[in-house]
Amino acid sequence: MNLAARDIRHNLGRFALTTFGVGMLLMVVMGMGGIYRGIVEDATLLIDKIGADLWIVQKHTRGPFAELSQVPSNLTQRALSVPGVLSTRDFIYHTIQRVRNDKPLRIAVLGLSWPTDKGEWIPLISGRPLGQNHFEMIADESLGLQLGETIKLGKDVYLVVGISQSMISSNGDGIGFFTVADAQAIQSDAAGEAVRLERASRKARGERSEMGLQQPSNLDLAERPSNELPAISRPQLTAVMVTLAPGADLNQVTRTFSGWGDVSVFTKSGQRELLLKGSVEKIRRQIGLFKILLTVIAAVIMALILYTLTLDKIHSIALLKLIGAPNHVIVGLIMQQALVLGVLGFVIAYLLGQKVFPLFPRRVILLESDLYQLAFIVLVISIVSSLLGIWKAMRVSPNEALS
Amino acid sequence: MDNYYAIEAINLTKIYGSGNTEVIAMQSASLQLKRGEIAALLGPSGSGKSTFLTAVGLINPPTSGTVTIGGQLVLEGQQSQSNLRSFRRQHIGYVFQKSNLIPFLTALENVQISLELNGNSKRESQDKAQQLLDELGIGERSDNLPSMLSGGQQQRVAVARALANQPNVILADEPTAALDSKRGRQVMELFAQVAHSRGAGVIVVTHDHRALDVFDTIYEMEDGKMYQK
Repeated sequence: MNLAARDIRHNLGRFALTTFGVGMLLMVVMGMGGIYRGIVEDATLLIDKIGADLWIVQKHTRGPFAELSQVPSNLTQRALSVPGVLSTRDFIYHTIQRVRNDKPLRIAVLGLSWPTDKGEWIPLISGRPLGQNHFEMIADESLGLQLGETIKLGKDVYLVVGISQSMISSNGDGIGFFTVADAQAIQSDAAGEAVRLERASRKARGERSEMGLQQPSNLDLAERPSNELPAISRPQLTAVMVTLAPGADLNQVTRTFSGWGDVSVFTKSGQRELLLKGSVEKIRRQIGLFKILLTVIAAVIMALILYTLTLDKIHSIALLKLIGAPNHVIVGLIMQQALVLGVLGFVIAYLLGQKVFPLFPRRVILLESDLYQLAFIVLVISIVSSLLGIWKAMRVSPNEALS
Repeated sequence: MDNYYAIEAINLTKIYGSGNTEVIAMQSASLQLKRGEIAALLGPSGSGKSTFLTAVGLINPPTSGTVTIGGQLVLEGQQSQSNLRSFRRQHIGYVFQKSNLIPFLTALENVQISLELNGNSKRESQDKAQQLLDELGIGERSDNLPSMLSGGQQQRVAVARALANQPNVILADEPTAALDSKRGRQVMELFAQVAHSRGAGVIVVTHDHRALDVFDTIYEMEDGKMYQK
């Protein structure tokens, strides 16, 4: 006779409520693991999806994700000339915050190297890749923008032509994909008054300079837009992405770029490591430790629940001993209930999580391996937690059945 | 019938505490009961009746003395000669003032568990438990939980459980205390019938002097000492 099942049947409501509570607790543990995975995944998602073999960044920086980087725009062409390089792409990346519908809207702006890169590699759930050099964007669904919607950024209005899924920056902001030119325009957007003041300031500096005094005609140039001035460089890039030709030696090409005095170069795995050991390392460790803490708390709570469940039937246990039930029958009663509690709690946690986690502002990723690991932990917790109840049950004298 | 006693308790003494706090709860109590006999154990509260019952019931061993059940020496002082829990399961049935049924098991399951613990198969245990409940006139309530049964019905289930493994000895501690006089007498007659028909030795601790005529032997305890009346 299965005593555990009979006891559960008798106290079904209370057991169901207890199991639901344990399930909620395990859902939090599961969620913490999922958030941890989400942070790692988000941090490295762009590096994995964008398909660059090498990243060329500003010398002595760990850009473009871990820290700020600026490289000249002609670096794209210079890099293309290196043997073994199949293609190079501009990379512009920065974060902006605007107000939309009275709410803050944070966009990680990423420039695509039009026309080489139109965003065909981006996983779209609706719409299409970029179709023209200007004024189009692909928005991640987490930004809340709709297909066909327009949004004004700087002085220009952009049409949402595609909606991507799960394209998140390492900070958790949804990514907006533009052409490099548009991304630069958004980055360097300045108010009309600021432009006028800069031109006036430029002219005033010119009038005081030797060049302005000797060649006053140059001062006319100072009043023109900055992109018409030959002495002022074009807006810079954040990095240059390099794709190697089939069969090219990664180490050889890397060594070549490393020899250049004005840039640093990182492989794809190097970039991943920079992010995981750099900007997301602390939060990753914090959440990892929090997950361990929650697991311990779950174990303690489960132990207390099982202890209380044992105390509730201590008289029955004494009676069982009195009528000669061997210890394994009593241990089985407690252990089986612990396992039922743990297994059902885990199933509830998983099912609830499937409904609840998608509502979280950041991605919660449940990997199969993590679920198996947690299931094993729950199994161990259930067994260990029941030991307290078993210890109590073993100490009960059959005499207590008579009291 | 075998020629040994169903139960034989010799010079049982139980002492609690030591020195100034020493209390002698039972002193040299002896009892011999043949198979098929039913004995009443009378005495005021605190006289040592329950102490004696738990000692011979192998629940609370005596400080000294011996207990022999079905011809087998089980206790010699506090030294047990066999696995007491296993011995209890096979040779002793208990009925107490409160019915002491397991609340999450039905009437049938309360009897069935005792049989299953003794190695009977599930099917066999179910059939035998139902048969016992039918014999005790409570077969139609076999699917009810204890909380759905009256005091008398619960006591019958407890008797059925005590009988399940055909023990050598049945120990009953004030089994009629929670019942009215009519039902109390019915229970006492049931014990007498069980003793005579099944050949078990039955010891019943009772305060109820109205049903003493059903007993073969009457013992009385006072201040921890036992006398045969």
